[in-house]
Amino acid sequence: MKRSVAVVIALACGVGAVLADTDPIAERRALMKHDGEAAKKMFDMSKGKAPFDLATVKASLQTLDEGATKTAALFPENSKTGGGTAALPAIWQNKADFDARFAQFKKDVEAARAGITDEASFKQLAPAVFKNCGSCHELYKAKSG
Amino acid sequence: MKRIVVGLAVVIAAGAALAWVLSAPRPRYSAEEWQKLGLSGDAAAGRLVFYAGGCESCHKSPGQDDPLRLGGGLELKTPFGSFYPPNISTDPVDGIDAWQPVDVANALLSGVSPNGGHLYPAFPYTSYQRMTPKDVADLAAFLRTLPAVKGKAPANALAFPFSVRRAVGLWKLLFFDNSGLSPDPSQTEQWNRGRYLVEGPGHCGECHTPRGFLGETDLKHALAGAPLPDGHGKAANLRGGDFLNWTDADIVEAITSGFTPGGDVLGAGMTAVVRNLAELPESDRQAIAVYLKSLPPLGPPAPAKP
Repeated sequence: MKRSVAVVIALACGVGAVLADTDPIAERRALMKHDGEAAKKMFDMSKGKAPFDLATVKASLQTLDEGATKTAALFPENSKTGGGTAALPAIWQNKADFDARFAQFKKDVEAARAGITDEASFKQLAPAVFKNCGSCHELYKAKSG
Repeated sequence: MKRIVVGLAVVIAAGAALAWVLSAPRPRYSAEEWQKLGLSGDAAAGRLVFYAGGCESCHKSPGQDDPLRLGGGLELKTPFGSFYPPNISTDPVDGIDAWQPVDVANALLSGVSPNGGHLYPAFPYTSYQRMTPKDVADLAAFLRTLPAVKGKAPANALAFPFSVRRAVGLWKLLFFDNSGLSPDPSQTEQWNRGRYLVEGPGHCGECHTPRGFLGETDLKHALAGAPLPDGHGKAANLRGGDFLNWTDADIVEAITSGFTPGGDVLGAGMTAVVRNLAELPESDRQAIAVYLKSLPPLGPPAPAKP
């Protein structure tokens, strides 16, 4: 009996690990890539390089919201190196600040989602969203060649 | 036997004396020579020199956002040890309030401090030596307008023999080109402005050019990318790879907002560089782009565009 309980627990853990995706580096890199693509679309609009399109803005903000919600949890202690990560050790030295910055990012994205209804409100609210990218990368993302 | 010992002692003493003479600091200007230039220093113009030079990237007091509070103390990790950029605010005790414009000039242009000692080339006078005397005078005037900040930076923590400051004089003999920068008349004014900003105050090569065994920049591979001194990541190749696909407008955008054509936002040391360059007139950022795009390609070719 004891043994079968152990087997069940082991199986459950194994299945859980597979479901949770065991590669946080790949997962957070993919999320960041999507964030970048979404932010870029909005950024080009804010600079007048692309025509304003509310549907694209909304879709982009949804992507950013997903990134802001999920990414912070993808930096476990065992994911400091490997997988082409550009994460700096400072993340784990200042975890509270790092997490707080993601919380602020989410807050700014949500404010943008709630408040952007046209080009004028987009121009007003988008810069606060963009500001999060650079302020976090400065401290926590290594340069890459 | 006695004669050999005496002879050896003489040789060693002569060698030491020679090293001492060779390693002597050589400021570019005496007070009289600087005076003769007749530069009064324009603080408003100096503000732009301050941002072109990225002074605050290293000298800004850490842990606060005001780029004009120059208390120093941010750790700069290198293979030779840790440097702590000093307080260059106007504080009379901890800062450089007592410095005259000629002192600022000799620090920037020859890496010599007012007390006659060498400065370590972690302070990029290796690039700043290309700055014009007028820019230096303007910068000195601007620095005088900034607030006094209390507190001294920690002492540098360097490994021997790098901890011997006088030895910087020998390093300079080997590696310090202090010949300034003359405009190239065969190129446009815009190109020359770009070259001046990149090679002079902008000191791009201090990170983007690889370094040799003693920390000297390898000019055969100028701006072709290099591992960063703190061991984390790499400064991009500005003459090869993906960068070759960037347009002038892409470069201007990246050094204005940080946004790259691929949707990344520049991080690490480039965040401060972008923050500083964004203060310059658009024409200066365009000149930088024009100059960078004119460099002969080096390194991996441009990847196919998606």
